[in-house]
Amino acid sequence: MNRLSWFNVVSLTLGFAFLYIPMVILIIYSFNESKLVTVWAGFSTKWYGELLQNEAYLNAAWVTLKVAVFSSTIATVLGTMGAYVMVRGGRFFGRTLFSGMIYAPLVMPEVITGLSLLLLFIGIGLDRGVLTIVLAHTTFSMCYVSVVVSSRLVTFDRSLEEAALDLGCSPAEAFRLVTLPIIAPAVISGWLLAFTLSLDDLVIASFTSGPSATTLPIKIFSAVRLGVSPEINALSTLMIAIVTVGVISASLVSKRQAVRQQRETREAERTA
Amino acid sequence: MGLLWLILFLVGASFFGFLLPVATLSTPFLQYLLQAVILGGLAYLLWRSLDDSRRSAVSRNLLIGTPYFWLMALFLVPFAIVLKISLSDVALARPPYLPHFDWATGIGAFLAELDFENFVFLTEDDLYWKAYLSSLKIAVISTVLTLLVGYPIAYGMARTPAEWRPTLMMLVILPFWTSFLIRVYAWMGILSNEGFLNQFLMWTGIISEPLTILNTNTAVYIGIVYTYLPFMILPIYAALERLDESLIEAAEDLGCSRLLAFWLVTIPMSKNGIIAGSFLVFIPALGEFVIPSLLGGSGTLMIGKVLWEEFFSNRDWPVASAVAIVLLLLLVVPIVLFQRNQQKQQEADQ
Amino acid sequence: MTSTVFAPWEDAEAKPLIHFQNVTKRFGDFVAIDDLTIDIYEREFYALLGPSGCGKTTLMRMLAGFETPTEGTIHLAGQDIAPVPPNKRAVNMMFQSYALFPHLSVWDNIAFGLKRQNMPKHNITERVEEMLRLTRLEKFARRKPHQISGGQRQRVALARSLAKAPKLLLLDEPLGALDKKLRQETQFELMDIQEKTGTTFVIVTHDQEEAMTVASRVAVMDHGKIIQVATPDRIYETPNSVYVADFIGDVNIIEGTASANGEDQYAVTWSEGQAPLNATSTTTFAEGQKCHLAIRPEKVTINADKPEGVDNLVQGKILDIAYLGNISTYYVELPSGTVIKAQTANTRRIARRSFTWEDTVWLSWTATAGVLLAE
Repeated sequence: MNRLSWFNVVSLTLGFAFLYIPMVILIIYSFNESKLVTVWAGFSTKWYGELLQNEAYLNAAWVTLKVAVFSSTIATVLGTMGAYVMVRGGRFFGRTLFSGMIYAPLVMPEVITGLSLLLLFIGIGLDRGVLTIVLAHTTFSMCYVSVVVSSRLVTFDRSLEEAALDLGCSPAEAFRLVTLPIIAPAVISGWLLAFTLSLDDLVIASFTSGPSATTLPIKIFSAVRLGVSPEINALSTLMIAIVTVGVISASLVSKRQAVRQQRETREAERTA
Repeated sequence: MGLLWLILFLVGASFFGFLLPVATLSTPFLQYLLQAVILGGLAYLLWRSLDDSRRSAVSRNLLIGTPYFWLMALFLVPFAIVLKISLSDVALARPPYLPHFDWATGIGAFLAELDFENFVFLTEDDLYWKAYLSSLKIAVISTVLTLLVGYPIAYGMARTPAEWRPTLMMLVILPFWTSFLIRVYAWMGILSNEGFLNQFLMWTGIISEPLTILNTNTAVYIGIVYTYLPFMILPIYAALERLDESLIEAAEDLGCSRLLAFWLVTIPMSKNGIIAGSFLVFIPALGEFVIPSLLGGSGTLMIGKVLWEEFFSNRDWPVASAVAIVLLLLLVVPIVLFQRNQQKQQEADQ
Repeated sequence: MTSTVFAPWEDAEAKPLIHFQNVTKRFGDFVAIDDLTIDIYEREFYALLGPSGCGKTTLMRMLAGFETPTEGTIHLAGQDIAPVPPNKRAVNMMFQSYALFPHLSVWDNIAFGLKRQNMPKHNITERVEEMLRLTRLEKFARRKPHQISGGQRQRVALARSLAKAPKLLLLDEPLGALDKKLRQETQFELMDIQEKTGTTFVIVTHDQEEAMTVASRVAVMDHGKIIQVATPDRIYETPNSVYVADFIGDVNIIEGTASANGEDQYAVTWSEGQAPLNATSTTTFAEGQKCHLAIRPEKVTINADKPEGVDNLVQGKILDIAYLGNISTYYVELPSGTVIKAQTANTRRIARRSFTWEDTVWLSWTATAGVLLAE
């Protein structure tokens, strides 16, 4: 049954065209021979070659990756703890303040977060570098992780934890053996979210990085301020490709799992 | 209880213990490894000495304390610092503001030097007024535009056959995972004078002279609509997908035309999605920095950009801090409204 | 008491396994359990029966250790269990949702509790296989919970909670998720397993038929209080209140005033111009005391002709007939407007049914058929 009217078809087509055409153009022109980015002069991969020889970009990419791995991992641990405290913590002193601090960074403009962290780091005399970016990224991405994980915990059947306790687990064991394996998908997507947020961040990194540590977004930003360049097109294409492959394969895997589980459940009911 | 505070103190001490050696970078790796070992051993001994109920109390406090402490140290304290600096005066010093807190003169003298001068300055210089107003204007207009673009897409998605919906969902979310900066950058090549849009329009013969779009407010609107579109589509789609088709049929059965049924049933039923989506676009758009600085022109005044320039170009930290405080005050109202809407919706769901 | 009948509650010497002493549980202003004192004996199959919100689940969760009493004490085998956390109690629970761990196989679910108590590996294997045999799940050991049917899941939950050989097994609406037919089969299976393992079972249910079938004693609860604790037959035959009589099965309640009429004999005046009803009662009623006569519909005989020599006789008109296949319930309206239900077994085919709508019939019952209740 197709309930789509022509209006729906047109709005979907135009909408997705709007979402994707800019990126498609970017990708196509990353293979452009010419240095003039808006004039097609034949196919070439030379900008990719130049990119791979540009040490500044490679260094920045390495810094970015390091920051992203560390910050998203710490953020996942802290964020999961935060989510658990919010959903299962019961009453404790300053609960409202705590949940306020979890939600506030989500709506806080990046310029303010960046500025305030920078002022803190200067205040305590901490030199800006990889460590300060990691601290900054951990702080705001742990809040995202918290939200993702707590939305899973809210729907989590509490009696599973009670059953674990009933069967002799200490609360810590119950978390490790029952809760964590079940909420693992949410924790993993929290990590992925934290990771991409960290990869993506320009503003906070600009405030909290020092001359010793330049991240890729900072590098890209200072380059594109001067205008469009084919090298950045190539870099963007690579980043888009990595993300696309990652997201699509992750969703295919989880979809296949869901389908298999459904099928097995149906079979079990039928043969019963 | 005393014991718990000791543990918290140890966690805190180790936190700063780790920070400070790195700060100077002169301390060798071994030294903070040693610190870690000492602290870890101390914690382990403490843990050993506890009985069961104490242990569970300690682990509960650690569980709550760790993220709590982190957010206190890296969210609340920095915020207090911003507030403090916004009340200080700019000076040729390191760091470039006065007063600095000095134990010798005490807290009274320190407080006496703080004032609202920077805030007074913000009201006097009409640059800031204009920047706030223009940020508000840009955020409102682009929110409305995003709604106008996003609603038909969400509506179309909700009406496609169920097996297509997950794919469409993913197509909406996918850009969200790709770099924000790249998505904004992509428009620079399209909107410039010799860009693809102008090439296309001249080729079709609609215009003969290239339009100036890049570095104007129009480009900023396009940029905001483009980058925040998924935030608008998803909540509206979520509301529309739950909409029971038989409601529309009932409305038509009772004599509504299709358009009237859409207006009287579909739109009110998706109200919560519209509100949530609008706030999700409006709130970040208000403090936006990247889009106005890449797509906007010198005439584009947005408060995020002003703050950035005040800080990096003018090195006027007190004024930058005051700008941040005012921006935050501006955001409090929509954030509280948003929160309330979310809460209402949650209660309705239960 | 003779040794052949299992009735430790009638033995003054017997030590209860569980003893609630004046237990009260409050959630804020809400009183979930109200000053409750009960005993549960070893090897008993004890059913907590009541409508939802009557406190039966709270009672069970206090035994499991998920709630603590606001006042009063709970003793398990003579020991106060208030300070013992749930994971250290020799009590296991079967959850209403089964709470099977979705990421573990049936085998690992059953072994979960055993692995927590440092049991040697081969003992665990042995015990798990024993449990699988007991619940006839051998074939499904390697499956995950989502790969088996609802009835099988129920048995896994049972096996898992029995694996640690608890002193006490708590069952929270254990059959609620099964369809009627499977439920009836499973009830007998539960009784069988209870007998085989000798474990004390406490079951929470809102299904009176289920409680009557499985339990050695039924406790009827309402608003946090125990109304009556007795064996199923006594609960049915001699309820101690209108609430219990009404909650268990079908019943006619006739309101009236009592007056003594010989030893343990009372005459109940219930309607103007009608002869008083005769009833026996071992509880004493004062002269003119308000009372309720409760009579089960199956104890009311329906006749077309006026029967002779009966203790109680009324005449009325058939208002409605509920045909249930094996039995029929006749709703007979008396001249006073009271409607009395009478049940007969349909031993004949329907075409030869003797009564139909609007027929005038006679209802009769013996003096011992009903129970006289104060409230």
